[in-house]
Amino acid sequence: MSDILAVADHRRGDLRDVSYELITAGRELADETGGDLHLAVISGTVDDFADKLNRDGVDAIHTVDHGEEFNHDVYAQAVTQLYDELAPQYVLTPNSVNGLDYAPAIANELDLPVVTDTVDLEADGETLIATREMYGGKVETTTELEGDAVVTIRGAEWPAAEGTGDAAIEAFDADIDEDAIGSTVTGFEEVGGGDVDISEADLLVSVGRGIEEEENLEMIRELADALDATLSSSRPIVDNGWLPKNRQVGQSGKVVTPDVYIAIGISGAVQHVAGMKGSDTIVAINTDPNAPIMDIADYAIVDDLFDVVPELIEEFQ
Amino acid sequence: MKILVTVKEVATVEDEFEIEGTEIAGKYLGADLNEWDDYAIEEAVQLQEDGIADEVVAVTIGPEDCEQTIRQALAKGADRAVRVWDDALEGVDLLDVNAKTEILSAVIEAEEPDLVLSGVQAGDDSFGATGVSVAEQLGFQWGAVVNHLEHDLEDGVASVRRELEGGVEELTDIELPAVLTIQTGINEPRYASLRGIRQAQRKELDVQTLADIGVDESTIETELELTDMYEPESESDVTTWEGSAEETAGELGELLREKGVAQ
Ligand SMILES: Cc1cc2nc3c(=O)[nH]c(=O)nc-3n(C[C@H](O)[C@H](O)[C@H](O)COP(=O)(O)OP(=O)(O)OC[C@H]3O[C@@H](n4cnc5c(N)ncnc54)[C@H](O)[C@@H]3O)c2cc1C
Ligand SMILES: Nc1ncnc2c1ncn2[C@@H]1O[C@H](COP(=O)(O)O)[C@@H](O)[C@H]1O
Repeated sequence: MSDILAVADHRRGDLRDVSYELITAGRELADETGGDLHLAVISGTVDDFADKLNRDGVDAIHTVDHGEEFNHDVYAQAVTQLYDELAPQYVLTPNSVNGLDYAPAIANELDLPVVTDTVDLEADGETLIATREMYGGKVETTTELEGDAVVTIRGAEWPAAEGTGDAAIEAFDADIDEDAIGSTVTGFEEVGGGDVDISEADLLVSVGRGIEEEENLEMIRELADALDATLSSSRPIVDNGWLPKNRQVGQSGKVVTPDVYIAIGISGAVQHVAGMKGSDTIVAINTDPNAPIMDIADYAIVDDLFDVVPELIEEFQ
Repeated sequence: MKILVTVKEVATVEDEFEIEGTEIAGKYLGADLNEWDDYAIEEAVQLQEDGIADEVVAVTIGPEDCEQTIRQALAKGADRAVRVWDDALEGVDLLDVNAKTEILSAVIEAEEPDLVLSGVQAGDDSFGATGVSVAEQLGFQWGAVVNHLEHDLEDGVASVRRELEGGVEELTDIELPAVLTIQTGINEPRYASLRGIRQAQRKELDVQTLADIGVDESTIETELELTDMYEPESESDVTTWEGSAEETAGELGELLREKGVAQ
């Protein structure tokens, strides 16, 4: 068959942005395969979600009213049943943390290949050509597969779908086997609060793994002080316990939009960029002229941070 | 309780490199223990030190060259290791998730662990999918992107935190046996001690072929084919300041003053 089944993502009462992007990606694929775009909305306030997702390009929306929050067993059961019913060519999910918690499972259950974290897709007859990155964004690759597949898409790569659609919205009566549900969500917790809010800063001095040792962080602190800037970092610095969680920029940290973001020894992995690409001006200090951060930087110093940072401190002291 | 940790030797790439066909030329490649697996090993070893686990087994799919990397897991405290490799896997340029799932699941079925720890993703091809796929294949429960695990594992339940986007963590109880994909930051991976490295040389590293683990060659034919590799086209019009550190720092200083964010 040639239809596309895309599964929306939501959390704690809100649809996530990637759900609207999924519609665009799904529509493009459906145009290429000559099929329909079906959306699945599972758990939570499904009718409300379905109304919101009814944008241009959606042919049908299937709601599965079961529980409030994401549970991967419920998703896996509902999606495999929808797959059996609709026989789509591709099942599309976001490459979100929750997407990665069920997409590989449905691929395995349905005996389909899975291709994750795609940034571009093209369907040519029975062939799917997926573009994805490797080596932390240093190279891009195309991967091909034949026949049906489960595909996850990276956020912010496709524009959000707009307009109002005229999709048929139907409740899908999924047969959820409660005994097969082996995990229970018991709550949520917000982390990364505390003394500073890096998302408020006008100037961020942000440090990454290029700093090498905890002692060297002192130099970056001095720079932040000299500039009267706020100190932030990429994930490894927080993972190492060198800075608290509230300083982490990125997908699992904070989204920041300062006037100027100075990335020092940060490679620019997609999960980091997700948190800072909205900065007005981005400056990268990195020894690697090919680091992915250079793709989004406005200004760059391709040099050793241990040479550049002391000069900068001196200038502002 | 027995814990199995899946570990991968990942390829690392130098700053400057060349692409040959669908590969990075060998001379620009290095090898390292996958960052995420390092955290998984540490978590397993800590569970052993806490008296919860009595055996930790590391499992890898890889050629003989990767043994040094896998011995790192032994040096850090894993009891023994299994390495699966086969002539049939030689020359496959991309082992897809289903192929890896077939192989790892066969080993896990034979080992019968209570808990399997994998990494969230491999740093090189980054599918982020193998752990969850293996769980489904085995009929185990699972949790993806786990950044905290309670070490009591009472009543056959793992209480974990899953790290969602935007600084939100999900608290979840998962029945054992289960596969958890481990996120960086869950612990502080240790460096192998000299004594650990010496001991690792004497620990068992069992090499198995597909036939040994009872996997038919035909079931691991990879369905994904890598057809192209290239350096991403830069969309940016980045201005690179040239000159000595003093000069480039001066340029940046000027920009900051111009933007009015520093004096
Ligand atoms: C589910 C998930 C969520 C994640 N969430 C986040 C997140 O919220 N935030 C985040 O940041 N990451 C996140 N990550 C991790 C992300 O994938 C990267 O691993 C991380 O961002 C890399 O940090 P880095 O750039 O500091 O380190 P690296 O990638 O190691 O880069 C270090 C850089 O420093 C440069 N360098 C080295 N020495 C010098 C020197 N002397 N002078 C100048 N430059 C130098 C190098 O050229 C390199 O570019 C997440 C990953 C996953 C899987
Ligand atoms: N060749 C391999 N051998 C052993 N474990 C692997 C291999 N490839 C992937 N894994 C495991 O699966 C995790 C996720 O990998 P991936 O799905 O390829 O991103 C890794 O962190 C490893 O724990």
